[in-house]
Amino acid sequence: MRAPLSWIQEFVEIPSAITAEEISDALIRVGFEVEEIIKQGADLTGPLVFAKVLSIEELTEFKKPVRYVGLDCGEKETRYVICGATNFVVGDLIVAALPGAVLPGDFAIGARETYGKTSNGMICSARELGLGDDHSGIMTFAEGTVKIGDDAITGLMINDVIFDIAVNPDRGYALSIRGIAREVAGSLGLPFKDPVDALRGLTFADTGKGVPAKIADPTTASVFYLRTLSNFDPSATTPLWMRRRIEKMGMRSISLVVDVTNYVMLELGQPLHAFDKSKIKGGLTIKRAGKAQPFTTLDGQIRQLDPDDLMVCDDEQPLALAGTMGGASSEISETTTDIALEAVRFDPVCVARNSRRHKLSSEASRRLERGVDPSLAEFASARFVQLLTENSSAKHVATIVDGKPRFSPIVKVDPTYISRILGIEISPAKIAAVLRTIGCDVNEKTFEVDPPAWRSDLLTQADFTEEVARMIGYDKIPSVLPPRPKHASLTPTQKRRRAISAMLASRGLAEVQTFPFTNQETIDFMGFVGERAATYRIANPMSEEFPLMRVHLVPGLIEVAQRNISRGAKDFAIFEMGSIFRSSQKLVPFISPDLSKRPTQKVIDEIFASVPPQAYHVAGLLVGKVENEDWQGKARDYNWQDAIAFAQDILQLCNLDWTIKRSDFAPWHPGRCAELVVDGKAVAHAGELHPRIVAKYGLPERSVAFAVGLSALPDSALVRPTRVGTMPAALQDVALIVNSDVSASQVESALRAGAGELLESITLFDRYDKLGDGKISLAFSLVFRAPDRTLTGAEVTEMREAAVAAAVKATGAILRTA
Amino acid sequence: MNPADIASWISDAQKAFSAANDLETLKVARLAHTGDKAPISLASRALGSLAPDEKASVGKLIGDAKAEIAKALAVATEKLEAERDAKVLLEEVVDITLPVSRRHRGGLHPITIIKNEISDFFIEQGYAVEEGPELESGWLNFDALNIPADHPARTMQDTFFIEPIESGVVLRTQTSPVQIRSMLTQEPPIYMICPGRTFRADELDATHSPVFHQVEGLVIDKGITMAHLKGTLDNFARHMFGPDVVTRLRPSFFPFTEPSAEVDIFFNGRWIEWGGCGMVNPRVLTTCGIDTDIYTGFAFGMGLERTLMVRHGITDMHDIVEGDLRFTRQFGVGL
Repeated sequence: MRAPLSWIQEFVEIPSAITAEEISDALIRVGFEVEEIIKQGADLTGPLVFAKVLSIEELTEFKKPVRYVGLDCGEKETRYVICGATNFVVGDLIVAALPGAVLPGDFAIGARETYGKTSNGMICSARELGLGDDHSGIMTFAEGTVKIGDDAITGLMINDVIFDIAVNPDRGYALSIRGIAREVAGSLGLPFKDPVDALRGLTFADTGKGVPAKIADPTTASVFYLRTLSNFDPSATTPLWMRRRIEKMGMRSISLVVDVTNYVMLELGQPLHAFDKSKIKGGLTIKRAGKAQPFTTLDGQIRQLDPDDLMVCDDEQPLALAGTMGGASSEISETTTDIALEAVRFDPVCVARNSRRHKLSSEASRRLERGVDPSLAEFASARFVQLLTENSSAKHVATIVDGKPRFSPIVKVDPTYISRILGIEISPAKIAAVLRTIGCDVNEKTFEVDPPAWRSDLLTQADFTEEVARMIGYDKIPSVLPPRPKHASLTPTQKRRRAISAMLASRGLAEVQTFPFTNQETIDFMGFVGERAATYRIANPMSEEFPLMRVHLVPGLIEVAQRNISRGAKDFAIFEMGSIFRSSQKLVPFISPDLSKRPTQKVIDEIFASVPPQAYHVAGLLVGKVENEDWQGKARDYNWQDAIAFAQDILQLCNLDWTIKRSDFAPWHPGRCAELVVDGKAVAHAGELHPRIVAKYGLPERSVAFAVGLSALPDSALVRPTRVGTMPAALQDVALIVNSDVSASQVESALRAGAGELLESITLFDRYDKLGDGKISLAFSLVFRAPDRTLTGAEVTEMREAAVAAAVKATGAILRTA
Repeated sequence: MNPADIASWISDAQKAFSAANDLETLKVARLAHTGDKAPISLASRALGSLAPDEKASVGKLIGDAKAEIAKALAVATEKLEAERDAKVLLEEVVDITLPVSRRHRGGLHPITIIKNEISDFFIEQGYAVEEGPELESGWLNFDALNIPADHPARTMQDTFFIEPIESGVVLRTQTSPVQIRSMLTQEPPIYMICPGRTFRADELDATHSPVFHQVEGLVIDKGITMAHLKGTLDNFARHMFGPDVVTRLRPSFFPFTEPSAEVDIFFNGRWIEWGGCGMVNPRVLTTCGIDTDIYTGFAFGMGLERTLMVRHGITDMHDIVEGDLRFTRQFGVGL
C-alpha cells in the first residue's frame, strides 16, 4: 500500500519539523512496515513545462522511429526537440524538460545536435521524471487539464514523499489513506480528521427511478448501496490532481468514472464498481452463480464460473464477479451516459473464495477479503456521487439500499489481563485512553469496549491487548528471562544422529541436504519396485519435473555428486540424513474437529494416525579415490568394502549386533550389495551401485553407496560387560577350503559356534581365490582365553578342532594343511 | 710405582680422552690408557708382588686412579656420543611442511551446524528439542493454529498439497504444527524448541528456497508474559549474533499469536528482520485444551537459512541448497 504524504496531510496536520523518516518510524512502531520511502522530485530540477505539440516531422532515415517535434512552450518562438516516442499527435499536451533541467539519474538536459537536428529540450515519459515505471510513451494530458507554459513540477505535484507500506492481513482498514493517516496521527499523538465525518448525512435528492438492488443471501453481503446517475458526458476528463494521486498510488488513470471509483477506494478503503446502466436488464442482485458458465471479466479473460462463485447479476445474467472484478459486458465505455454505482460490504470469505478460485487478486478483492468497514458502503458511494457530479455533468437519479451494516460485537475486557500478558502495569485509565485513540468506545466502569466500524479484527481480549501494546510501544515492555524449567537433554535418537553425522564428517564425508522431491522416471531407473517405489504426489509441485516425494536418499546424493563433478570435483564422499516418504498407507479424508475446545483423545489419535510414517535415513555416496593423490603416491579407489564398512561402523556406533548377507537390492549391484540385519529386520544396505546407474549419471566407475534406516534401528541395550580376563591368550590359525559361493560370514559364524565360549575373537586374515576349481581358501586366526586359568595345549587343540568340525559340517569346508 | 707416576697416568688419560674428537680416537685412547698394556693396568697386575703393608696403600692409590680414569672416559664418551647423535639426527631432517594429509575433508552442512548450536543453547536452558513429520496434517499445520480455510494467511504461504487434496495432508509450511503436537500430548509447563525442514512454493532465488528450515520455540507456563518473550529473544540473539546485538519488537500479525511481533536485530549497522513471535493466541491454547485462566505462553520462530545468511554474510541461497562441497567444507563441523 502506497501513501503519499501530501494526501495523508489532508487528514492529519503534521508539523513541518517532522521528517519523512520520523513519520516512517512512527508507522513502524505501530506495526506498519515501511518498505520504501520514495522522495519524488528530490532529484529533479526544472525548467519543466507543459507544452503543446505544434508539428511532427518523421525522420525516416534512421533504424528506429525519430520525430522532430515543434512545441508551444508558452514562449514567443516554437521550440524544436527530437523525440523517440510515437504515442502522440499534433495538438497533444505534453511535459517538456528545457535546457538547464536535470532529470532523475543526474540526466542534464541541454540543447544538443542529434539526428542532424538541434534538439532544444526533451519530451518526458513518467519514468524519466521519476514518477513511475511507465515508459510505454510520453505523458499526455487532456485538453483543459493543464496550461501551456506552466511549471509542470508544481502542476504535476511532483515534490512529494510516498511511503510504500506492507499492511498485515488483519488490518484491511489500512489499505486506505484514511486508515494510514489515522495510524500516523495515533502514533505521533496528533489529531485526526476523519474524511468520513464530512460525508455523514450527505444525501442526494431522487430525481427518477433507480436500479433496484437486492442481496439474495444475507450471509454473502450485509449492505448494498446502489446509486444511479445519468446525464454523464463521456468526454469528461479526470482532473489532474485526481489523476496524479491515482498515479502516485501506483495505478493508472483510465477514465473519469473509473478513476473516481478508484480514488474513493484509495481514499476510504471501500471498493466500488460502476456499471453501464444501459447494459443492466432489470435490477442487480447479489447471488451465487448457481451453475457453471463462461463469464468474461473486464480484463478480457473468459472464466469458467463455479456454481459457488458470488456474483452481481441482473435479471438475466451475471455482470460482475462480486468484489473481485467487473464483467466486460456492462463495463463503463466511451459512450456510457448512465451509471449504476455499486458499493457492497461483501462477506470476506466469499470474496476470498472468488479470488482464489479464479486466481484473480484485484485491488478490490485484496481489501474486501480483509474486511471493509461496513459503514463505508454508504459513505464511499456518496463520496463517488459527490466527486463525479462535481467534475462532470452527471446527475444523481436515485439511491437504493438493501440490507444494513453489521458491526462487530462489544467485548468485555479485563484490564488486568492486558497487564498480565504484557508484563507491565498499565492503569485502566491508560488502557481506556489508548483504546479510544484507535477509535473504540470504552465504558470505563464495565470495561465494555465497542470497537470502531473499521476494526472487524478486534474480537477478543487478546486483540485489544495487542492494540494497547502497540500504541504504548513494544519498546516499553521490559526484557526478563522466564523461570528456568527442569533439566532437558537431547533424546537418545537425537544423540545418535549427531554422533553418526559427526563420525561421517570426521571420516571425510561432507554432509549435503537435497530437496526431497523426485519423479517416476528416477524411481523406475533406480529399480525401486513395490512398496519401495510407492510414494506421495504433490498436487501443486514447483515443477512437473519433480512431482513426487523421494523414496530413497541415494538419488539425491547422485544429483549432488553430478553437480560437484560438473564443477570439477573428482574424488569425494558425501552423505545426507533425512526423511523418505514411502506411501505405506492410504490417506484418509481430512479430519477437522471443532476448534472451540480440545478434540477428544480419539480424534487426536486419528489425526496423528492420518499422517503417514516418514522413515528417517542416512545414506552416503563415495566416488573416485579414497584419498587425494599427491606427492606421497597413488591412492586406491573407493570400493564396495568401504561402503559396507561405513554401514557397519554406523551400527557399531549404535552398539548394535548385526548379521550380514548378500542381497539383490536396488539401486545396488546385484552381486555386490550387503544387507545388514538387526533383530531380524534389514536395516542397512551397502555396496557398489548398479553399473547401469553409474553409467547413466556419469559417476566414476564402481562408485559405492550405503544407506541405513535410522528409524528402523532398535534402541541400544544397556551394556552389561563381561569381566576382562587377565590370563594369557592362546592363538590358533586355521585355513579352510570352501566353494566360492560360500560366504565368509557363514564360515565365520560356524567357526564361532563350534569354538565354544572361550573363543575371544576371530579374524579373517587371508582370503585366496586362485585355487581354481571353484574353490577359495579362507584363513582365520582364533584367540582363546579362559577367565580363570592358563589354557593347556590339549584344551586349545580340542577347541580348534571343534570349530573346524562345525565349519566342515555347516559349509562343506575342507581343512587346508600346510 | 710412586704416587707421582700414578697422578701422571691419570692426567695423561684425562688429556687423551678430552683431546679425542670422535668415538674412534676415543677408542684408541681408551685402549692406550685402560687396556692391558696401559701403565695403570700393568701396575695393577704388579700389585701382587708387593709387600702386604705396601700393597694396601698402593692398591688404594691405583683403585682411585682407575676410578678417575673411568670417570674421565665416561664424560668423554657421553660428550662424543651426544655429538654423534646430534649429527645423525641432523642428517635425518625432513621437510615437515610438506602436505601430508590426503584424506578427504568432511564436514557438516551449515544448517545442521546452526541447528545443533541453537538446540544446545536451548537445551542448556531446560528446553526440549521436539520434532514432527514433514508431511503433516492440514489441521495441525493450519486450523489448530487459528488459520481457517479462507483466511488470507493461508494464501500468504503457498502451500504444497499432497494428493488426494481431500486428505488435507500438506508439506508443512512451518514448524508450528510441532508446537500443537506438544500441546496436545504434554501437560504444561512446556518449554520446547522445534527446529526442522519446512516447505513453501517459492521459486529458488538468492533469498528464497521452496525447501528451508525454521526453528520455533514455545513456552507455556503460569505467569508467562511478553517480557519473558523479550528476555528470551534478547538472550537468543546475543548467543547467535554476539553480545552487542540489539533487538526490536515491531507489531505484526500471525493468527497463532496475539499480540504478535516481528523481531528485528540491529546487526552490522542495520536493522534486519529476524523472525516472528508473540503471545500464544488464547484460541490456540483452547483448541489444545490448555486452561487460559491458568496458563499463558509465548512462541517465536526464525528461518535457519536467514539466520545463517545474516550471521555469516552469505549472499546467495543457492550456496546453501546446492551441496557444492567447496561451500560446505568451509564450515567444518562447526567447532
